Amino acid sequence: MRRQGLLLALALAAAIVLPLVAPGYLVEVGVLVFFLAFIGQSWNISGGFAGQTSFGHAVFFGTGAYTSTILQITFGWNAWLAWPAAVVAGAIVGWIIAILSFRAGLRGSYFALITLAFAEAFRILANSVSFTHAGLGMLIKADPRPANFQFRDPIWFYYLALALCIVSLLIAWQLTRDRFGARLVGVRENEDAARALGIDVFAEKVKALTLSGAIAAAGGTFYAQKYLYIDPNIAFGVDKSIEMLLVTMVGGAGTIFGPLLGALTLTGVNEATRALASIVPALKNVQPLSLIVYGVMLILIVGRLPDGLARLFHRVQRHA
Amino acid sequence: MLDPGILFAGVLNGLMAGGIYVLVAVGLTLIYGVLHIINFAHGSLLMLAMYAVFFLWRLSGLDPYAALPIVIGAAFAFGYLLYRLVIGRLSHGRDENILLITLGVSIVIDNVALLLFGGNTQTVETPYASSFVQLGDAFLPLPKIISFVASLLICALLGLFLARSDTGKAIRAVARERQGARLVGIDVDNIFALSYGIGIACLGAAACLLMPTYYVTPSSGHAFVLVAFTIVVLGGMGSFAGAAVGGLIIGVVESLGGLVLGEQLGQIGISAIFILILLLKPSGLFGVRQ
Repeated sequence: MRRQGLLLALALAAAIVLPLVAPGYLVEVGVLVFFLAFIGQSWNISGGFAGQTSFGHAVFFGTGAYTSTILQITFGWNAWLAWPAAVVAGAIVGWIIAILSFRAGLRGSYFALITLAFAEAFRILANSVSFTHAGLGMLIKADPRPANFQFRDPIWFYYLALALCIVSLLIAWQLTRDRFGARLVGVRENEDAARALGIDVFAEKVKALTLSGAIAAAGGTFYAQKYLYIDPNIAFGVDKSIEMLLVTMVGGAGTIFGPLLGALTLTGVNEATRALASIVPALKNVQPLSLIVYGVMLILIVGRLPDGLARLFHRVQRHA
Repeated sequence: MLDPGILFAGVLNGLMAGGIYVLVAVGLTLIYGVLHIINFAHGSLLMLAMYAVFFLWRLSGLDPYAALPIVIGAAFAFGYLLYRLVIGRLSHGRDENILLITLGVSIVIDNVALLLFGGNTQTVETPYASSFVQLGDAFLPLPKIISFVASLLICALLGLFLARSDTGKAIRAVARERQGARLVGIDVDNIFALSYGIGIACLGAAACLLMPTYYVTPSSGHAFVLVAFTIVVLGGMGSFAGAAVGGLIIGVVESLGGLVLGEQLGQIGISAIFILILLLKPSGLFGVRQ
């Protein structure tokens, strides 16, 4: 326990010092890792701890991104004020989808498919109605001042992403310690047994998806402020849903560090294929190559290592 | 409001598209009925079969309809092996795991296609592509009519095969009662792989029937995956008749949705039906209540 604490303190110190000494390119990679770990943790709360596999978490991410962006562009809100509003919107969408789906008794694959359909419905709506500027997407006016949640120096996005990641880790850590987390694991392992023990299965699942929706929406606003542009495919597209699922499944669903580990691994794979592509010109199309590796990893991990890479890590640690 | 002539043409066009959806959905529902797994790779495998049709035409000039036996055979072999080598081996335990494995398979297939074939839209040119048949006020493309008839014919043949042949009886026995089938000496694992192969063979047939009027890109699978699931859920998971009726309904809904709500918003009909059916009547129109 003490050694784990020391290791964590060292990792945190390294993460804080890194952008001060590393080249700008690594800072950008760092932002991506912590951002992915953050939205991955959102998936992990409902998909990992509570065992409700979702194929449509982009519905929450996109709700957050669009809420804060519309509040800014159409209603002239300050971005920092729009952020909590986006989080609330994500929580509400999570709550509504949970109430509808779990009331109907959807589990397993059926729940995964209905979340996919919700995300798709939101994508089509965002693509067709005028207050989202339809398929054109929304461009946030660049005005890089910290008061606007825009930074000239990417290092601030790095520290913000790091802070978000730490918050998400603390939430997951809390879940492994308190009764709410224990109830969720009970629901995941055996709903009927959990119900027999007096757990209100429906209420716990609704709480988990509401929390998960809030976190994903916070990630959506962060994304919109970082890139200053969103469109229906970026915000609600199936790619984002799959990304959130992948980092968690690869790293280890239902573990505290799974999403972070998965984000590190997938970003590492992405950078490695990019490097490979710069050497081998025939592979100039990088994106599909890394996605192929992700897909193979997903298949192998689900089939052979259901607890993800975190399990591997634990074993090594225990033996050392 | 809409002119009745346009409405009539819209319904007919929807039915024609629905005919091919039936074939896609029958494959999905067969796999679900026998293996009790949701094959998320269905759309990607259809895309792959469409590329097979395209390359057969491009490299040897083979007409898509003439390619039917080749592509059906190849799709069956591919599905059979995919089940034997990947899905069956890794699919122990919970159904979400199988869903995730087939998701992984679809990610790999989509991106291998993108890497090898590029992102361009590919089409097959046939001499009959621009022939039309007049039906009342509506003009229908000849290949759509051929595809519609062929699709329903293939479904009927498959139904006959399942009803009459020994293999078909074994498949139905496994779908009904897995343990019992094993006890009377049916090789259940082999039936699983066969059923998966037949499900994918349906996609091979659908690809041949689609290509004369449709195009293929590496993301074509996405367009079909939600449609196929909606049909199967609407008809009732595992129900053959349900897939047939559901396919035609969804074809018409899609066509009329585009007419009434416009190109963009019209697509929402599929998602809306899917969500409503799952929430209100998850067993579908013809499904058995679990």
